[in-house]
Amino acid sequence: MTSVPDSQSDGSGGFRPSMLLNDTRYRGLTFQFVALVLIIFLVGWLGMNLVSNLAAAGLNISYDFLDEPAGYDINQALIDYSSRSTHLRAALVGVINTLLVAVLGCITATIIGVTAGVLRLSKNWLVARLMSVYVEAFRNVPVLIWILAIGTVVTVSGANPREFLTRGGAVEPNSELILGAFALTNRGFYAPSVLLGPGWIAVLAALVGGIVGALLWRRHVRQTLFKHGKLLPGWPAWAILVLPALVVQLVLTPVSLSMPDVASNNFNIQGGTLIGKPLIALWLALSVYTGAFIAENVRAGILSVSRGQTEAAAALGLRPRRIMNLVVLPQALRVIIPPLISQYLNLTKNSSLAIAVGYADITATLGGITLNQTGRAIESVLLLMLFYLVISLSISAVMNVYNASVALKER
Amino acid sequence: MSDTHAQSVAYVRDTFIAEQAPPTREAGAVKWLRENLFSSIPYTILTLLALFVIWQLLSGFLPWLFGGVWTADSIRGCREVLDGARGGCFAVLTERWNQLLFGFSYPSSQYWRPTLALVLLFVAVAPVLFPDLPRKLLIVTLLYPFTAYWLIWGGTILVPLVALLGVVVGYVAFTYAERRGFAIGLLAAVAAAAVVWWMGGLAAENGQFLLRLTPVQSRDMGGFMLNMILGTVCVSLSLPFGILLALGRQSKLPIIKILCVAFIEFVRGVPLITLLFVANVVLAYFLPPGTNFDLILRVIIMITMFASAYIAEVIRGGLAALPRGQYEAADSLGLDYAQAMRLIILPQALKISIPGIVNVAVGLFKDTTLVSIISMFDVVGMIRGPILASTDWNGVYWELYGFAALLFFVTCYGISQYSQWLERKLATDNR
Repeated sequence: MTSVPDSQSDGSGGFRPSMLLNDTRYRGLTFQFVALVLIIFLVGWLGMNLVSNLAAAGLNISYDFLDEPAGYDINQALIDYSSRSTHLRAALVGVINTLLVAVLGCITATIIGVTAGVLRLSKNWLVARLMSVYVEAFRNVPVLIWILAIGTVVTVSGANPREFLTRGGAVEPNSELILGAFALTNRGFYAPSVLLGPGWIAVLAALVGGIVGALLWRRHVRQTLFKHGKLLPGWPAWAILVLPALVVQLVLTPVSLSMPDVASNNFNIQGGTLIGKPLIALWLALSVYTGAFIAENVRAGILSVSRGQTEAAAALGLRPRRIMNLVVLPQALRVIIPPLISQYLNLTKNSSLAIAVGYADITATLGGITLNQTGRAIESVLLLMLFYLVISLSISAVMNVYNASVALKER
Repeated sequence: MSDTHAQSVAYVRDTFIAEQAPPTREAGAVKWLRENLFSSIPYTILTLLALFVIWQLLSGFLPWLFGGVWTADSIRGCREVLDGARGGCFAVLTERWNQLLFGFSYPSSQYWRPTLALVLLFVAVAPVLFPDLPRKLLIVTLLYPFTAYWLIWGGTILVPLVALLGVVVGYVAFTYAERRGFAIGLLAAVAAAAVVWWMGGLAAENGQFLLRLTPVQSRDMGGFMLNMILGTVCVSLSLPFGILLALGRQSKLPIIKILCVAFIEFVRGVPLITLLFVANVVLAYFLPPGTNFDLILRVIIMITMFASAYIAEVIRGGLAALPRGQYEAADSLGLDYAQAMRLIILPQALKISIPGIVNVAVGLFKDTTLVSIISMFDVVGMIRGPILASTDWNGVYWELYGFAALLFFVTCYGISQYSQWLERKLATDNR
């Protein structure tokens, strides 16, 4: 090799420029320097192009457009919004909508995924095959096609609100509602909404107190078990959790439900809350799509716990439920949770396809209508990326903390 | 032995009882059913539920599939033929077949070119996918990118020929200069290739009409062909970039490491659709004034960036999974960094990474449908745009979405089955 130094092996010889390339002690520095210079040149070149392009088009980089009135309506907004609100407000609505569908989707995807993953391992041949078909069908077809297809299903389903009235009749107008509280109409899904009256803080405080109390009870149970060998019952924890909030609610009744009502208006359902069709379509599509991936993670996690563990636990005399809770689950969760969290991340990122079903998430508001109306492409896309980056980085930070806490402590 | 017992006990059987058939409930189909479907009450309920679901699905799906109409000129034609009966309107597929596959502006007299490119693709990837095939087929693989470019985009053959010549000259220069170190070899290769391309570019200008196929603009690409182009090009390009990024992230040089980490985390942190927005509306601001990259090239750049970050993470996993002894063994043999990586580390790390790489490739291929959101007409874009918007076929959702889903399912399922086969084949741990 030419790189073998001839007389410098003791490091005492003089420095020659050729050592920058041939001596492993300096070569790293040379490479980094070259890389840095190249990157600086690249960035500088892109920046120069940007400046001259903006100058040629008579544009500048400015975020003032965020304070201008947006001038477009959003069909589903959790905070007050009208077409006279600013673009910033529209972006905020988008942020909240993205987070809403992401959180809802993560919950249902987990439920679907865990169920499908466990059932795919079932000894029941038919059910296992059915779940395999589900998983393969959803994993191998683009999420965009699923979103569009489910969007179509949701769009064509649901009856006109008036039909509820005609079918229910004058005596029992609300009888056609599911459980008297839910209705799928051509506008969306009506569900009871929660009205927070004065004093709802008290209910919240009681609930928080209940959670703390329940945790304390569980600690007490554990300590008495370890100190005195006596196993106290676990149910008081649930009682402590629920009772205070329930009592406050029953005495003060600050929190009430607003039920969807067909009778008071001939053309539309009054009361309740309307979950728009775009949200339902996106929520459903993301849930079943991500659920198929989560099912695979769950299956892999359960399979990763060797049979010997279960058998050893049984040999120690543990009962099946305790085997599951104390031996199998802790080991399986160590394998399941990291990919599960990255599936949550994927779901959040896939929710940016909301634009395909007309759901007003951040990509549809800031990256769609606002961008097209103001022509502020660079600023909008930059903000959009920043938002997703913050979400992704915070989720991976959480994941790193979790991984560090459950990592096998070896030697 | 039996003799002794014959005297001490009253009766000893000295012949076998004839074998009997097992009870019916413990044999054949009945046993299978009992064990797999009706082993307990909850399982029986599950089985019945599953049967109900399957019945519901099939009773809706089969009449729709088999009662479908395959020849009609519009959805109204379908309805007339069906006359209220249940059935799909598959006529849209036969009528718009070419649009779904090639987009709506690829010249119809030239459809044989992308078709031939697809057939050649199978020939070209076969030696890569199946190590048992004769190695000489790899020449086809090497020539494929240039052939495919010429076939799909058309124009004179000189352009891909010059590109190929540059690659060959670069490779020759590399083998000669490599003795003086890997970096110098690389520099020599790039310089030699650049010279050939520059001179060849001049030659191609003058030879516009040599073996000329009708040129097709990038914006005329569409349909499933566009998905295939984006998928194959971006996956193949992202592999080398992904390897470089992974090595950079594992490197001990702090500046290179920071740059790679920042790039990977940034790209993985944003959805692909925002990168496509960049390709669509932002990238043009960062290019020299007057340059006019076509959209498909900008999209290829962004998707390749996206995919290489993911592939880098997969390969980093493979690198981390190698035992330290392998790195130390390479060092103790006196190999330098480039040699150690090429001869010892990467072959093993890449082998470990195959399942992950295939996952990324499948995911990427599915994600090529996202280009329909920035109004490119891939297969989903064709369905959402020209076909569903036309008065003839407005309302034929399931047939079209089902067709697109089927195309992707066949491709992606095939790839993942191949990956499982390869994993079994490459498994060297004799467990």
